[in-house]
Order: sequence, then structure tokens, then C-alpha cells
Amino acid sequence: MTGNVKTFPLGGVHPQENKLSANAPIETIPVPTQAFIPMGQNLGTPSKPIVNKGDMVKVGQLIAEASGFISTNIHSPVSGKVLKIDDILDATGYKRPGIIINVEGDDWDESIDLSNDIKEDIELDSKQIIEKIKEKGLVGMGGATFPTYVKLMPPPGKVAEYLLINGVECEPYLTSDHRLMLEKGKEILIGTKILMKALKVDKAIIGIENNKPDAINHLIELAKKYDGIKIQPLKVQYPQGGEKQLIKAALNREVPSGKLPIEVGCVVQNVGTAFAVYEAVQKNKPLIDRVVTVTGKGVKKPSNFLVRIGTPLQDLIDAVEGLPETTGKIINGGPMMGKALTSLEVPVVKGSSGILLMEEDESKRKPESPCIRCSKCTYVCPQGLEPFLLSKAAKLAKFDMAEKEKVMDCIECGSCQYTCPASIPLLDYLRLGKTMVGANIRNRNKK
Amino acid sequence: MDNIIIIAVAALGGLGLVAAIVLYFIASKFKVIEDPKIDEVEESLPSANCGGCGYPGCRAFAEATVKQAKDEKHLEGLNCPVGGNDVMQTVGKILGLEVEQQAPLIAVVRCNGSKANSPAKINYEGATSCTFAHALYAGEGGCPYGCLGLGDCVIVCEFDAIHMNDELGLPVVNDKCTACNACVEACPRDIIELRKKGPKGRRVFVSCINEEKGGIAKKNCEVACIGCSKCVKVCPHDAITMNNFLAYIDFEKCKLCRDCVEVCPTNAIHEVNFKPKKPKPPKEDSKPKEASVVETIAEVAADAAPSNENKEAPKEN
Repeated sequence: MTGNVKTFPLGGVHPQENKLSANAPIETIPVPTQAFIPMGQNLGTPSKPIVNKGDMVKVGQLIAEASGFISTNIHSPVSGKVLKIDDILDATGYKRPGIIINVEGDDWDESIDLSNDIKEDIELDSKQIIEKIKEKGLVGMGGATFPTYVKLMPPPGKVAEYLLINGVECEPYLTSDHRLMLEKGKEILIGTKILMKALKVDKAIIGIENNKPDAINHLIELAKKYDGIKIQPLKVQYPQGGEKQLIKAALNREVPSGKLPIEVGCVVQNVGTAFAVYEAVQKNKPLIDRVVTVTGKGVKKPSNFLVRIGTPLQDLIDAVEGLPETTGKIINGGPMMGKALTSLEVPVVKGSSGILLMEEDESKRKPESPCIRCSKCTYVCPQGLEPFLLSKAAKLAKFDMAEKEKVMDCIECGSCQYTCPASIPLLDYLRLGKTMVGANIRNRNKK
Repeated sequence: MDNIIIIAVAALGGLGLVAAIVLYFIASKFKVIEDPKIDEVEESLPSANCGGCGYPGCRAFAEATVKQAKDEKHLEGLNCPVGGNDVMQTVGKILGLEVEQQAPLIAVVRCNGSKANSPAKINYEGATSCTFAHALYAGEGGCPYGCLGLGDCVIVCEFDAIHMNDELGLPVVNDKCTACNACVEACPRDIIELRKKGPKGRRVFVSCINEEKGGIAKKNCEVACIGCSKCVKVCPHDAITMNNFLAYIDFEKCKLCRDCVEVCPTNAIHEVNFKPKKPKPPKEDSKPKEASVVETIAEVAADAAPSNENKEAPKEN
């Protein structure tokens, strides 16, 4: 292992890693019989369907287009007939607009390069790359689903100096990025090169947590061939993979409150995104599938699957030999930041990184008791906030105060709630505060 | 010695005199002339400072009433919901104006998705806040329009008028309600509405705000409005409108004939404070009926779409 292991200085916790599926190679799951494609698959406005009921579509064909600056195209992940354009269930239990496709065969669009050859030369120039990434509907694969092309276009006056590739994967249980780095290392490095070219930077750092020595060594070996890419091992500490934490750890730069990483000359992309960029630019393949970890202590065969977007989660559960009887909660994402699912009819979307089947006994929350002023939450907050104060402000609907105390800087990592000895749902109230303060700010800006 | 005392008294007295004169002139120069009626009106108000009138507290309401009475010579649009007609009459007397009698209002919870009617499919663990839960997920019963049962409305009530019924999992309004609107604003799903209290507290309303198609709504809740339009057809007063698969009874037009209550196949329409109807012995509206209801629903849901058949279908009842 190389020395010089870095970390962020403020706060953080050490949850059990439980990377049960770390040694399971990525398997491809069969195409579903019916694909449910929600229109809201990015952080911004939902996409607009451009196909009609009864249309035949091919894999990779554009079926919905961006409806604003922060919005993305959506391509059909399957081939077949559009059954209907209707509301479909999303992870929260609400109905959202989507497209349902009845799968017939697996007929790919001709423009997509399906060969296994690795294409090294980057033919496109910066502008063309960004255009390509926009056209192919790429979003941040770490979970926030921010459209990738927007990040590649720094606002006027700001210049990117570093590209950071986030291979930290600090969430316990999840291993999709880990497996991707092991199996598609070369593609990720080429993807990184493409992103560097798009941003016109010559320095890139791939940050990886120290609990993945195989991935670190593998990428260090491969990176010798690529100029300007440095692999940076990081200490195992949650939330090392937070954008701001990663920048602080790797470059010792601090993103100012309320500002984006570009303020300190950084652009951060996930390794999954780097891989998707390689596929989009070199192979002309839109974002139609992704790696999803299906794991849990009761799961017989914790696995990493390459899944088409729109596959119902039930199919993934079936692929790990069914739902264990001891399951108490099904979580979309990791145990720290993921949200409990209300149904298994929900499809895989561009931002799904994992499905965690939590055991009944560990899934139950402890009853809440009064705050004992131990200040543990303040101590572990990686953003230097005071969660006890913010949650109280949100609880009492004092949103002005929450705003003044910088609730919007909360990255929702959940460290405070994880560490709270009184089991106060701190993160719940912080999220409430963020929702309300965010709405207040938007209303104010509208006027 | 004497000298010092005299000087001190004279100096202080002189200073006091000068200050008094200055203050007198300042006071008369910057005098705020306030209508004494404002104080009088404020005195007659309930002093609850609840904001139900739309003004920040009773003083502001008093100022607004006096100003409007002076400028426009009427008190239309101003109402103290807590004090009701009595208080508004007194206010009118003070200002020498006639005040129209207002029909008293009461908060109505338009959801009957109780634990029995809309059984929990998942368990919620987390912050006891409807606003938070609303942003997080659809609800334990699965209805994205229904009551979340975490009691934001109960917390904001200043009058002890709304309480959570643990058996139902729904809030229940009692007679202490003053229609101050606080719970209406607190509910993130707009379930609570202010409706006419009605003669002897009698009122008829649709206890559902689900705008989903009948089949979907029914899947999550036994007593959802499925948008079958039977009530619209049967209403002799044109009081019921159908929008997005949801019936709404206009309480200004409703004459409390209760025809709609009888035809509703899911018992989504509620009647409150009525005596049981005499002529039709087998009907008991307030109790959910088992088998027969379920049968009718299947049929109604099937032809709920655009079929305009006979005016009155419910022969099978």
C-alpha cells in the first residue's frame, strides 16, 4: 500500500463497513419483460416524453428529451412497444409521470458500438465531448443525479484546475463502484481522460478509500500509462465520499458555504460517471444501464448486477434468490443516506446505486428520548454545523433561524443521527429544515 | 452648607423645568392622534391573537376595522371567526354600522382513511411531522392524498379543538373549533377545510380528497371517492361538482337533503349530527357495509368512465 493516506479533518464517523458483495463479480441481469421508465431521473426538471403509445422503440433510442437547462435526455433501455405513457410509482410511493415499455427482443440502435474492444484515442474536441455527454443523457451516478454536462461547463470567470474522480464509496454495504474499478479500470481511466479534455485540465485525482486495496493497486498499475492521473488513497471515514469532504481531503481546499466546487477550481465526478462517459463518447452508448449492488446480511448471494434502467426491483430481488424472511426494511441506496422503499414495483433509475435488505432487528429505530446535550452530533458533523440546534429550529418551525445557522450546508450524510445516544431523528428534521428553507429561498428569488 | 443645598435644588429644579418644557413641546409636536374607537374595538375582541381574521393579532384587526369603517362605511370582508356574530355585532355597534350575520364555520377533516379503512402497508418511523412525512413518502396506507396522522394540525390549534384519535389514526374536530384557519394552513396535504357549521351543526361533505382514478384510489382505501358521479346525478340542487375523479359539495348550495349520502357506493360522503332517516329502514349510513358495498364498487368502478346511463343506478341497494 502506498503511504500518504489522506482524510478530511472535521467530524466523521466509522460505521461497520459490511461490504458483503465486494468479491462478487458484476453479473448482467436478463432484460425485464416490462420496463418502467420514470421521467424524473435527474436532479432538475423531469424530461418530456417524445414517443407515443404503440410506438416501436430500439435500445438506445431517444424516448424523452430534456425540458430545461438542468434536465437530461432519456433513452430507451429496452426494445419493444410503448405500452403507455402514464403515472408510475416512484420510490416514495407517489405517482410520477413515466413511460412503460413492453419488451420484445433486444434490438439495439445501429449507431451504438457493441464490440468489446477498448477504444483509446479521443477523437472529439472539448465542445463535442460536452455535446455528446449532454445528448446521451448522462447524470452523476453517485446518487445525486446532477446532469453531468452542466458540471463540465464552468460559469464565466471560473476555471477548473483539478478533476476529481470519486471512487471513495464510503457508504457501508455498497460495492458497485468498487467492482467497476476492478473490472472496468481501463475504461474509467479513458473516461477520466475524456473528462479532462472536456474541462481542459491536465490534473486528475482519483480518490479511493483504503478499504479497497485491490482497486487502488489495480488503478495505480493502469494509471502509469496515462499522464496526469493520480490515484489518491483515503482513510476509511464516513462521509469521505462527500464532494466537499473529498476536495478537502485530496487538495486541502475548502468549498465556501453555499458555493460549488468550481469556486476552488475543482470538478468532482463519480467513477460510475467516468465509465458512462467512456461508453457515451467512445462507444456512442447512452446511459441505459448501471451497476447496482443488492446486499444485506440475510441475503443468500450478495451481488453486483449490471441492470437496465427501468427494471423493477423485484427482478433484482429474484436474482439474489428472493427476499429473506428476516427482512425488516428495504432501502434504496446505502444504510446511511438511503431511503426506505415503500414497494418493490419501483424501477431501477439512473441514480440507484444499491438495494439493501436490512434485517428486522437492525432496521428498527430506537425510541426517541430527550437531548442530553452531549454535543456528539456537533462533533461528528463533517460540515461543522450544529445538528441539535438545526433540528430543534426545524421542529419548532423557526426556519429563519435554521437558514441563519446554515441548514443548507447540510449534506444529509446522517452522521449526527447515527451517533446520537438519545436516538433523536436529527436528520429527519434537518431534511425538513432544508426543504422548507429551500422553498423560502426560491420564493424570495422569484420576487 | 445652606448655599450648597440651594444651588443643588435650584440646579436640579431648573434642569427639570427645562426638560419638562422641551418634552412638552416635543410631545405636542409629535403627538399620535389615535382614534379612541380602536381601543374600544380591541377591548371587545376575544384577545386570542390567533390570526384567524387574516391580521397579525387583535390590535391590527381593530385598526383595520376602524380604518375601513371610516373610509368605506362598511365592514364587509372583515370577520373575527373566533368571536363570531356576537363580537362582530358589538364591533358594529361601536362603529355605528350594520354588520351582516355570518354563517359560522367549522374545520372539517376530509379524510376517512382510518387504520381500518386504509390499513398500513408499511410502518413509518421518523420525525413526528406531517410536513416532513409528506415530503418523504405517500403514507402508511399508500394514499398520496390521505391524512398522515402525525398531528401537525393538533399542535397549531390554540383552542383545544382538534385531537388525534389513536384508534382511527385521524384528527377529530370538536365543538370548541372557532374556524381560525390555523389547522387548514398547517396541513401539508390540504385535507382540512372550513365549511359551514350548518343548522344544529348538521352538515354533509365528501370525506376524501383523492384525485386518482377510482380503481387506484379504492386499492389503498375502502372509503375513497372513486369518482363514479352518482352523487352529481342525484343532487337536486346542483351542489356537487366532479373534478379529477373527486366529488366536491359546495356548502353554499347544499340544502342538506342527504340524497348523495345514500347513493355513494363507498360511503365517502359523510353526514354529521343528523337523526337517522325514517322511511328506508335497511340503510344505516354511518356504518360501513360489508358485502353489498364491495359488490357495487366493482360495478361502479367498471362503468365509472364516460358512460352516461340512467339517472339513478343504485337499484341493487
